[in-house]
Amino acid sequence: MPQFPGSCDEVDALLAAGHVGDAELLWHRDRDLKGVDAVVVPGGFSYGDYLRAGAIAGLSPVMDAIADFARDGGPVLGICNGFQVLCAAGLLPGALLQNADRRFVSRQVQLSVETTETDWTAAATEGQLLSIPAKHQSGRWWAPSELHAEIADQDQIVFRYAAGGNFNGSLDDVAGVCNEGRNVVGLMPHPEHAVDALTGSTDGLVLFRSLLQGARA
Amino acid sequence: MPHVRILIRPKAGILDPQGTAVEQALPQLGFEGVSDVRIGRLVELDAADASEVAAICDKLLANPLIEDYEIQVDGAAVAG
Repeated sequence: MPQFPGSCDEVDALLAAGHVGDAELLWHRDRDLKGVDAVVVPGGFSYGDYLRAGAIAGLSPVMDAIADFARDGGPVLGICNGFQVLCAAGLLPGALLQNADRRFVSRQVQLSVETTETDWTAAATEGQLLSIPAKHQSGRWWAPSELHAEIADQDQIVFRYAAGGNFNGSLDDVAGVCNEGRNVVGLMPHPEHAVDALTGSTDGLVLFRSLLQGARA
Repeated sequence: MPHVRILIRPKAGILDPQGTAVEQALPQLGFEGVSDVRIGRLVELDAADASEVAAICDKLLANPLIEDYEIQVDGAAVAG
């Protein structure tokens, strides 16, 4: 799990990943991924998010290594700012814009799992509703109509906000998408904050458990 | 060294919440009749090789998926 200047959710992500295996931090200047089996790009902020959220982090040395890892089929999950970073790095389709109503929103949202054919949703069931917190100001997923049609057609929309729950104005209610190889997934809400009953929901664990399914069917 | 000015704008058709916020604030100040407010960014830099600026925009300064940019070198527009 890479740590950028300004990351703030990497500790929760470490704890969440710790439910299914050993997890460690990777420094943003390092190219060495230390032989990990999966990478989580955490949320928070990165490099002040100058220009656009995730723009500078997308160019950092560790992201080079993560891009190679992803191209070789390694599982990569981007959460919130991590999703923005993966989009900025060209590993995931689309872009994340300022919420339509301009507000920073922090609330529990209902996510619907749209496909289980990814490295990060293999342990879920299609249509399953996950209760997971979201907290962001730039989470409005958008893509030009041709790209949107293409990824919808290729079943690359992984999560949607449940009916009536699209609070940020995302195109087609999209909350998370995957790459063509289905090993890279990004989403705006935070599954790593929903792994302990103490905080109200353990629904986020299913993403991390999915890694244990190994090769997808 | 050529002085380069880059104007970056949200693409037409993409909702610009900042522009909307400003547009909604103006009538409160008595400015009626202002519409279609769009907010972008201005980047100024000196470049030894101004022909590289388009690549700089594509790779970093702008996100070509959601933004258009316009490059001016020493005050004259060049094709983006």
